[in-house]
Amino acid sequence: MNSDVIVVGAGVAGMETAGRLAEAGLKVILLEKNEVTGGHVTNWYHLFPDRRPGSEVLQYLESLKVNGNLDLLKGINLEDARKDKNGFILRSSDGDIFYSKAVVVATGFDLFKSERKEEYGYGIYDNVITSADLERKFREGDLRTTGGKLPERIGMVHCVGSRDEKSGNLYCSKLCCVTAVKQAIEIKEHLPESRVFCFYMDIRMAGAMYEELYMEAQEKYGISFIRGKVSEAGESIDNSLIIKVEDTLAGRPLKMELDMLVLMAGMEISRGSQSIGSMLGLETGENRFFRVRDYHIGSNLSNIDGVFYAGSCTAPMNITDTISHARAAVTEVIGYLKQ
Amino acid sequence: MQMADFGFTLSKGRQIDYEANDKRIAEYIYSREPSFRLCIECGGCTATCTTGNFTEFSLRELHILMKRGENAKVRQNIRKCMLCGKCTLVCPRGVNTRNIVFLAKEAFQMFDNHAV
Repeated sequence: MNSDVIVVGAGVAGMETAGRLAEAGLKVILLEKNEVTGGHVTNWYHLFPDRRPGSEVLQYLESLKVNGNLDLLKGINLEDARKDKNGFILRSSDGDIFYSKAVVVATGFDLFKSERKEEYGYGIYDNVITSADLERKFREGDLRTTGGKLPERIGMVHCVGSRDEKSGNLYCSKLCCVTAVKQAIEIKEHLPESRVFCFYMDIRMAGAMYEELYMEAQEKYGISFIRGKVSEAGESIDNSLIIKVEDTLAGRPLKMELDMLVLMAGMEISRGSQSIGSMLGLETGENRFFRVRDYHIGSNLSNIDGVFYAGSCTAPMNITDTISHARAAVTEVIGYLKQ
Repeated sequence: MQMADFGFTLSKGRQIDYEANDKRIAEYIYSREPSFRLCIECGGCTATCTTGNFTEFSLRELHILMKRGENAKVRQNIRKCMLCGKCTLVCPRGVNTRNIVFLAKEAFQMFDNHAV
């Protein structure tokens, strides 16, 4: 199958890139390993900072697919990808072969596997869940604990798998602070009588309307913020959780009983990214995300001519930045193909 | 036979026991001065505080201790405030810190049996 451009990954970045390239008149193949498109957004109930439903962004992305220049192929597992003098040749495990002049890698991130922070007991204690699990609970409209009761006290742990040498991730995942604030507000909306505590190292609210959301969480919803990294969680005989943390601003250790603990899982380079990265010989940085050629003026360029990046395979990114990065990739690809 | 006195004592834990602590002082302030919730513990109030520059007095610390129900130190120290209001002028979040001192004093009178 021939094309001008192959876009790998049909999440937010891949769909935006492929859709816009097709609109520009290029013949595009969009490859997705799963049977559904939309990536992580499909799991998200509401988005920050305005709490619009994730489905609205998915609807927009779906509208981009309807284009005669765009072939979307789902359930594709790539086994090989290489460059020769005529361009790129990609081969799937089913033996399909795809040709193109350029490749856009839009293979995104995976959520940090919270089981790795064993001290929080994810996968061990019933009522320790992740931010992604909580979104599912919101979608299902059921916030009950595994014991069947409505939680009265909920803790949110920031920086799970981010800014943590022990997890091998020194970077900030950027989105977890605002996700915690958004989710804390939504818990209060579902359960107005509950108490919500956010345990943080720093609150990083560097995005439009993020700081305002944080203030709203404090003022309107009465959410408590306690500065300190939760060191461990334990389960008591009645299935409630006991956490230990230093309240660093009071300068004292603190223990607290909770009905539910939500771990704000960070972002890591996806396994899919690592796989195509090794096939094509793409360079990665110390954080294992793809190393872009120039962090200021070439953030869509890889170490290989003709291979471009779009979205969070290069760094943790929110949807706004991912869409912008994808549109920038379109410009780079069009410029490259004109040469 | 008399037991020898070895001089052992039990040390009181330093841990804040959130469940066991009395948060009525904080609740009293929250309900009357909602800006109490907006503190981000920056310490601007403490840095500008004349009292804090001459005695051991940190309004920031007293805020957080009340929120955790660690009231003893607050009760001992809140009277040091001279109510000059400089803390309110510098607060980046618009917390009415001066009113919080008033309300804290009121709350201690109400919930404790002696005035501050």
